[in-house]
Amino acid sequence: MVPPARFRSYYGRPVLKRPVWKDDIAYYFFLGGLSAGCSLLAAGAAETGRPALRRRTRVAALGSLGLGGYYLVRDLGRPERFHHMLRVVKPTSPMSLGSWILACYGPGVGIAAASELLPARLRRTPLGRRAATLARPAGLAAAAIAPAVASYTAVVLSQTAVPAWHESHPELPFIFTASAAASAGGLGMIVAPPAEASPARWFALYGAVVELAASRRLVHRLGLVGEVFQTGEPHRLLSWASRLTAAGVLGSTLLARRSRPAAVASGAALLAGGLLERLGLLHAGIESTQDPKYVVDPQRARPPR
Amino acid sequence: MSRDHTSRVGFFTDTSVCIGCKACEVACKEWNLLPDDGFELLGMSFDNTGGLSASTWRHVAFVEQPPERDSGVRWLMASDVCKHCTHAGCLDVCPTGALFRTEFDTVVVQQDICNGCGYCVSACPYGVIDRREGDGRAWKCTMCYDRLHGGLEPACAKACPTDSIQFGPLDELRERAAQRVERLHADGTAGARLYGADPHDGVGGAGAFFLLLDEPEVYGLPPDPVVPTRDLGRMWRYAGAAAVAFLAAAVSAFAGGRAR
Repeated sequence: MVPPARFRSYYGRPVLKRPVWKDDIAYYFFLGGLSAGCSLLAAGAAETGRPALRRRTRVAALGSLGLGGYYLVRDLGRPERFHHMLRVVKPTSPMSLGSWILACYGPGVGIAAASELLPARLRRTPLGRRAATLARPAGLAAAAIAPAVASYTAVVLSQTAVPAWHESHPELPFIFTASAAASAGGLGMIVAPPAEASPARWFALYGAVVELAASRRLVHRLGLVGEVFQTGEPHRLLSWASRLTAAGVLGSTLLARRSRPAAVASGAALLAGGLLERLGLLHAGIESTQDPKYVVDPQRARPPR
Repeated sequence: MSRDHTSRVGFFTDTSVCIGCKACEVACKEWNLLPDDGFELLGMSFDNTGGLSASTWRHVAFVEQPPERDSGVRWLMASDVCKHCTHAGCLDVCPTGALFRTEFDTVVVQQDICNGCGYCVSACPYGVIDRREGDGRAWKCTMCYDRLHGGLEPACAKACPTDSIQFGPLDELRERAAQRVERLHADGTAGARLYGADPHDGVGGAGAFFLLLDEPEVYGLPPDPVVPTRDLGRMWRYAGAAAVAFLAAAVSAFAGGRAR
């Protein structure tokens, strides 16, 4: 039995401010990761002759990036000033670096998707031919930046004073990138015929296994602060995330090869699991700012300098 | 940035002489034209302000402690403010450059730049800076940047009737504070201690530091705050490893070669 936390607080009020980020930011984390995973699948599909997988993941990469960008801007206090993100390049700010990563990532995604979306009669115009020639290098460029897109968001959360986010900095990037792989693999299984979807299933398998393992390790490694992952709303969100991810990966490994409906259901479970995982991590962090014991106790337990 | 022409200035808030008059809260509100944040009775001794916020840049805490042996109730009062850290978490994470370090070595938000991303709110280990409802931008104490330009001391220090809030060059304040603690110890106040005065602490020392009579957490302050930036290198290394694993997983997914 762990003895109850002993410290005095100022009328039990939180020491830290409650993060102002709403669920929008979790939607962006999910959609940005999904886009990054889709860009990797699209580039791989282009290189290995899987046209259906290539076409649909290129379009999905652009769609999820666009929607994610919408949520990202909507979460700002002054959305009309979103372009101020590109006023400076600031190495100490993961959000500044992330803005530049997105600015470099977007054009490649856009060109690759445009070449797929171009109506047939425009493809024969000079511009259409230019888009077709550029699609492959653009897709490869997007795929090269995709790992940064999927992982920088974990550093954004970790470089805060929020106990649950800061203390989880070793696991968070693995959870984020693995969840991105699981989501993109799930989407690939939904949109591509089973004959072309084997890389998507493999990507989903990697993602789901690493996501489940890293989340487990995180909750058990964090002492007192680990409580916020195991109680209340964050716990509910995270346990559903694990259940859906586990179900999705089982379905994709055992059934998705033979049955398209099973592939669609497994893919949907993986996507839902990825979204709930991000929501759960967001809310766990917010919870950890609301009780001063998560701030004061670990600081008291630190060895004196 | 040239820092030669001005030395670093700061606040020394000596809570042992604070009488809880809240003149600092009022002077700050008036000078900086800050909106109210509700008129509520909080049931926390004489404190109906609650804490620092986007619209409250000085906050007087009131702590009532039950009698010990032959003493009466102990009543602690302390005026809290932004710490203007040497290594400021809010400044480090600000992606727009809205937060900047001034020629006085203070930390200030440029309101025409801030886009309300909210990163600074979560990066402050003291829970000082916040986003203002309805306005959308982040606000905090500027140490009266405008008054400093005019050669005046900040409004809170000017209004403080007991000199509990002292403004001046930081090195002078630190010297004076050390003497004050010694004096209090000699007079039998064993609990007196400085908070934020050590340049080797987790934020590299605060530009606004305090003399407290009890543990920091009693006043709602974190006992050993650390700027989140300190672990930045390690965090990016983990992210790099995760990114490489992510890329390797994708490559290996296609390792079987062309579709059959």
